[in-house]
Amino acid sequence: MTVKDYETKVTPNWCPGCGNFGLWQALKQTLVDLRADPGETVLVAGIGCHGHMNNFTKISSFEGLHGRPIPIAVGIKLANHRLQVIVSTGDGDCLGEGGNHFVHACRRNHDLVVLIHNNSSYSLTTGQASPTSSLGYQSKSTPEGKKVEALDPALLALASGATFVSRGFSGDVPHLQEILKAAIKHRGLAVVEVLQPCVVFNKDQTFDYYRQRIKKLARPYLKRGGAIRACLAKNGRIPIGIFYQQKKPSFESRLDQIRKKPLVRQSLRNFDWDKLTGEFY
Amino acid sequence: MKNSFHFKIGGQAGEGIMSSGQIFTKFAARSGYWTFDFVEYPSLVRGGHNTFYATVSAEEVFCTGNHVDLLIALNQETVTLHRDELNPGAGVIFDPDSFQPESIRGVKFWPVPLLKLAQTAGHRLMANTVALGAVAYLTGGNLKILKSVLTDVFASKKKEIIAGNHRAAELGYEFAKSKFLPLGDFLGAKKSLPRMLIGGNEAIALGSIAAGVKLASIYPMTPISSILHFLARFEKEAGIIYFQPEDEIAGISSAIGAAFAGVRSLVATSGGGFALMSESLSLAGITETPLVVIFGQRAGPATGIPTWTAQEDLLYALTAAQGEYPRILLAPGDAEECFYLTAEAFNLAETYQTPVVVLVDKFICEAHRTIPRLAFGRVDIKRGKMALSSFSPAANKKSEREIFPRYRLADDGISRRGFPREGRIVKVNSDEHNEFGLSEESIKNRNDQLEKRMKKTAGLSQLIPAPSLYGPAQAEVTLVGWGSTKGPILEAIKELKANFLYLNWLRPFPAQSVSRILAKAKKTLLIENNYQGQLGQWLKMQTGIEIKNKLLKYDGRQFYPEEIVKKIRSII
Repeated sequence: MTVKDYETKVTPNWCPGCGNFGLWQALKQTLVDLRADPGETVLVAGIGCHGHMNNFTKISSFEGLHGRPIPIAVGIKLANHRLQVIVSTGDGDCLGEGGNHFVHACRRNHDLVVLIHNNSSYSLTTGQASPTSSLGYQSKSTPEGKKVEALDPALLALASGATFVSRGFSGDVPHLQEILKAAIKHRGLAVVEVLQPCVVFNKDQTFDYYRQRIKKLARPYLKRGGAIRACLAKNGRIPIGIFYQQKKPSFESRLDQIRKKPLVRQSLRNFDWDKLTGEFY
Repeated sequence: MKNSFHFKIGGQAGEGIMSSGQIFTKFAARSGYWTFDFVEYPSLVRGGHNTFYATVSAEEVFCTGNHVDLLIALNQETVTLHRDELNPGAGVIFDPDSFQPESIRGVKFWPVPLLKLAQTAGHRLMANTVALGAVAYLTGGNLKILKSVLTDVFASKKKEIIAGNHRAAELGYEFAKSKFLPLGDFLGAKKSLPRMLIGGNEAIALGSIAAGVKLASIYPMTPISSILHFLARFEKEAGIIYFQPEDEIAGISSAIGAAFAGVRSLVATSGGGFALMSESLSLAGITETPLVVIFGQRAGPATGIPTWTAQEDLLYALTAAQGEYPRILLAPGDAEECFYLTAEAFNLAETYQTPVVVLVDKFICEAHRTIPRLAFGRVDIKRGKMALSSFSPAANKKSEREIFPRYRLADDGISRRGFPREGRIVKVNSDEHNEFGLSEESIKNRNDQLEKRMKKTAGLSQLIPAPSLYGPAQAEVTLVGWGSTKGPILEAIKELKANFLYLNWLRPFPAQSVSRILAKAKKTLLIENNYQGQLGQWLKMQTGIEIKNKLLKYDGRQFYPEEIVKKIRSII
């Protein structure tokens, strides 16, 4: 398989120079490296610029509603945990509209990858402030500059209990690819926040802005305390890399009902009717 | 409600009212009687007045009336609140060490030292069992049957607890026998076919299991919580996963994801949760994902009176969510219908690849009644058009030939469903999409896909069963109703020249048969548990017929047959 084998015939409709291209390239290359079966790999997206990726990527996919890709992915995984399920979401989708789902999916440690396309902007709706845009960010919704501090997705993921937490940069595809590969192989909830500049609306977090500030972390921490310190920006430097990775049973691995085979392969009538109805006589 | 026996137990929440009541009805059911019971309670964990009400008869019973033959009063408040319901000749069991009720003309008072006898039996918590022992004697019941019920109800408890409860029942029985005359022979053991004593919620859970549900993702909410309690308790015996989501939006989203991956999935909620779910209903509509949503109504708006019953959400449930997509709504009226219509909902959802709403209410969900044995063998499983195993990517010569054509145009609008798996790429999309599930906004594609979806249920209204007309074909008045009013209406028309047009398939609406039946009616009367007469409005939209006489009730309480009888008499 080559990168082309994971592309549909739809021409990407992202703006020229969009940070999503680097992210997409890293994703396809990772699928090639892992020889992922395109039918068994499912991309679940919400709504935002990130969601368009479903149309360009030739793997199974579900493009749902704004803010809701995570719970859809949870359902897919519960029905068939043999599928490799990758959530593709944005900063507004994941942390604004869908913040509750993100926190609880991390806490439950579902066996999913959550890929956050973070451009710190609601770009599809013309660039309003997002939860991750920085203090002072000017936009149509914040003409005087944003008056709220930015949310740090990696920090939230760590606090919520995700067992793999990382940050990559779409301007460094090989590094992002390494992170993605490790995230897909991880058994449990793997968060990959991708810094991917919006070249149209976000004049604060540009490619140059990130290139001047990012700093690669050598190796993941095994304890959350260290990981939390490591993911925070310090002295103007923005750390990227895998902050935290820990082995813990995933939600799905704790379910006896699907230990032998996924729900989707089980008979519709593998029940014990007498036991189910005994108490009604 | 002739030849029936009416039982009530009341006291503070937390005093075991519900469990004692259920022991009573199980005792009656095992003694060979038909029963109907329900509980009234405020939205509190402890404190507040709770009552459990049961009607028992040698004939089938559909509801309870608002009168009582035997009352167990665990406090003075119970006597005060329910004194007007006591029939002439009724009796009240109370504990003289707890309170001394004032006498009521024509009512017997039976002082039974419940606490003292419970302590003799082993524990004060067995006081209600002492009372039930006394009830067994006063109603001509068989103590052995009561003890068999206690054995089963406390089966998971320690042996001492079962033995203690047996002793408590014996002490209550013997005490009553030594002091009082029986009230009558209401519960003498009779031979009968075995019947199930079951609530609407449990019947919905069993109907889902019989239909092969695999994932239930349900956020707790009154009045549907006992659906999830049952499914969670029997996950392994049922071969399912019960998943507790963080909110209703997550619940329906996960159910949709699971259905996309190939299993039958279920959600259940009440009005507030349904509001949160409605955007996703529309997602199931455009992605053509099968889904069953149980909607248990309670009295709103907003939180309203959350533990009481209502039929306020019919118009909402029929039309909720943005955009146009084929909608199906079924409304069972009792526990037996809860089982069969829920199971049918799964077939409809998969056949037409669209969400199906099953609309019930608190009075159906939490009332229990005896019904003929529910048989999963009577439930057919129809999964609709599925991907052919012969499908191979190369067979499809269009541009995206490796993608499964999930939304291929078809004469009946129904495309084949395929689930993602090795070698099969399946793409679904909440954006308008082409046959491969890829976003496309062209005029032709939009029209093709929207018309394809809307066509799916075009023939369904011809296939649905004609509505039932209960009672005589010729009647002075024809009652029209749906849902939980079915029981009180059936009870009410037993002795009157009235019949009852009962509707449980509400969308698509059986407009032709309804028009035919109503054209023959001399007079019509609409009965609903809401303010606006919502079925009346829907029926008028569908048939042009307006039902002018209305009996509407929106105080959170279900109808009693007496109220309906009175209204019918005023019309005839």
